[in-house]
Amino acid sequence: MSEPHIERSVDRSHMQVSDEVAIQIENMNKWYGQFHVLRDIDLTVQRGERIVIAGPSGSGKSTLIRCINRLEEHQQGKIVVDGIELTNDLKNIDKIRREVGMVFQHFNLFPHLTILENLTLAPIWVRKTPKKEAIDTAMHFLEKVKIPEQADKYPGQLSGGQQQRVAIARSLCMKPRIMLFDEPTSALDPEMIKEVLDTMIELAEEGMTMLCVTHEMGFAQAVANRVIFMADGQIVEQNNPHDFFNNPKSDRTKQFLSQILGH
Amino acid sequence: MSDTEAHSVAYVRDTMMPQQPAPAGETGAIRWLRENLFSGWLNTVLTLLGIFAIYLFVSHFYGWFLHGVWEANSIKECRQIIAERWGPDASGACWAVIRERWHQFIFGFYPPELYWRPILAFALLFVAIGPLMFQFVPKKVAWFTPIYPFLAVWLLWGGSVWGPVLVLTGFVLGGVVFMAVARFGSIMAFSVGAIVTILYFLFAVGPLISLFHAMIPVGLESVASSKFGGFLLAITLGVGGIAMSLPAGVVLALGRQSDMLLIKTFSVIFIEFIRGVPLITLLFVASLLLNYFLPPGTNFDIILRVMILVTMFAAAYIAEVIRGGLAALPRGQYEAADALGLDYWKAQRLIILPQALKISIPGIVSTFIGMFKDTTLVVFVGLFDPLKGIPDFIRADFNWKGIYWEPFVFVGAIFFILNFAMSRYSMHLENRLQREHR
Ligand SMILES: Nc1ncnc2c1ncn2[C@@H]1O[C@H](COP(=O)(O)OP(=O)(O)OP(=O)(O)O)[C@@H](O)[C@H]1O
Ligand SMILES: [Mg+2]
Repeated sequence: MSEPHIERSVDRSHMQVSDEVAIQIENMNKWYGQFHVLRDIDLTVQRGERIVIAGPSGSGKSTLIRCINRLEEHQQGKIVVDGIELTNDLKNIDKIRREVGMVFQHFNLFPHLTILENLTLAPIWVRKTPKKEAIDTAMHFLEKVKIPEQADKYPGQLSGGQQQRVAIARSLCMKPRIMLFDEPTSALDPEMIKEVLDTMIELAEEGMTMLCVTHEMGFAQAVANRVIFMADGQIVEQNNPHDFFNNPKSDRTKQFLSQILGH
Repeated sequence: MSDTEAHSVAYVRDTMMPQQPAPAGETGAIRWLRENLFSGWLNTVLTLLGIFAIYLFVSHFYGWFLHGVWEANSIKECRQIIAERWGPDASGACWAVIRERWHQFIFGFYPPELYWRPILAFALLFVAIGPLMFQFVPKKVAWFTPIYPFLAVWLLWGGSVWGPVLVLTGFVLGGVVFMAVARFGSIMAFSVGAIVTILYFLFAVGPLISLFHAMIPVGLESVASSKFGGFLLAITLGVGGIAMSLPAGVVLALGRQSDMLLIKTFSVIFIEFIRGVPLITLLFVASLLLNYFLPPGTNFDIILRVMILVTMFAAAYIAEVIRGGLAALPRGQYEAADALGLDYWKAQRLIILPQALKISIPGIVSTFIGMFKDTTLVVFVGLFDPLKGIPDFIRADFNWKGIYWEPFVFVGAIFFILNFAMSRYSMHLENRLQREHR
């Protein structure tokens, strides 16, 4: 993806990584039937980290981040999010889902609700926020993603880029401490990618802990403090963006980078 | 245009011709006919055949309708009048039977001096469903909706006012217990609430009604179920069946998709069994078999029994219709609800069902219409449905022996009007939701 979607300079002053651990994954394995999707994953995410996960299709990137909020169940190993271990205990799963926001490739907005209702639904029903306060918060985040005027429309009336920004705002309304992104821009037309990436950069600038599966290498270079390369269900290589792009170690990484950067 | 150009033009018309209508063959009806009915030899042949079929149909029935007699006291009189007016070979409808017996078609054998009760119940039905069905009805009216079923039952069957009041109290009690136990988990709360409610109905409600009635005897004259008939019976069964089968169908559809094996198995067996058996079989079960299973001496109302069986029948079909709607939703909707931390019931109620039900509206309404018409099958368990039960009863009267088509036409027309209204409403609802969500 040589097209530059990021033009502005990124303010890194608030992007500090703290010592506190946000996500701890130890020796995690997952199977789909006989198929071993994730193998021996070890990953520690500090609070404030921005991690970009890349890798060829089918390498298990989506599966990995979906395990973090239990959209997928892992069979072996340990996942601890915000100090809470993911087990079959529904209470823990609920607690973790409240702290972890997720943005999907296909937005997954609720088409039968207005934008405002999409944003206030979870705060009202899950967090028990009073309705008025929920609306104020929703309008605040809609302004942040720069579409407050769309509040009363339905998702079907918005462009893809606007829908994805609404989806980000919807997650933020739950005041999550961690955000997961699964290819948030790959269903978008090129001219809309930038507006979504800008929103994500702003979020990073405010110090949000982020895990992004994306092929936007410009975004990785500008924002990430770590890039993880996955292949065949394993973490093959991880490094800071500068060294990752300029000095890849494994052959798989080099091959992948040459394909994706079009060299 | 510049001058030089104007001069170089040989002729310019400077007076405009008035506009004229297009030639007759190019406008209006004639053009429409040519384009739509006679645009080729095949279409022309089909059009002519169609006209001939309509002619046959009309020529056959036109006279029958035209010769119709309203004022007569028996079928014999009808025939005499027709023969006098239109000649000995003329046939004609004897509407006089409808004129004389319309109240039986509508109310069955309900005591005429109490007709106001079913009429009032029917009118209040629209107050009860108004806030659910139409946007222009203020939402404040909705408090009446949950009370309506109890009020309607009381109006229709009569009896002590304490009956509906204390039955309603039972449900409220169950709800209060549910709320009180809710913090110990929803399954726990549901079980405890259900047990308290059932115990109340088994042991407390009967004595309480007697007690209160002894103290304050207020009530309406009782009307037995055997007095119900005609459209009163059909509409009572239809409305009761519709109101109960929709929630039951939703529960069954969710049950069929459940991860819990027991619930899933039960739902599948229930749906497949009920759909696999003719409704008449179920009605016979309602009228005969249930008596064997009930403790002797219990008087379990026949209309209630039939209503429960009709509900089960419709619920099985509705469950399958809704399952189709659920399957049509993209998986992303479930995932987004999960990721936001909504639990199963909230996700179903707020995200999944509103969308699945919207997709299922046409199928659900078809099921309702089918069920409403199927209520006429209760004639086989000795109830007086409007289509066969009541006409058979009327034919048993010597004066109307031999009357045949007139009741069918009359009852068929009323069924058509009611079902057509339901169908139009469903289209209106689909359009409204379409507009709202796009
Ligand atoms: N529900 C499932 N059942 C069986 N196999 C699955 C399931 N979901 C994913 N897989 C398989 O697991 C592997 C990893 O899938 P995953 O979606 O995590 O890949 P990905 O790295 O996100 O790929 P992409 O870039 O195409 O999104 C793939 O081979 C996929 O076919
Ligand atoms: Mg993926």
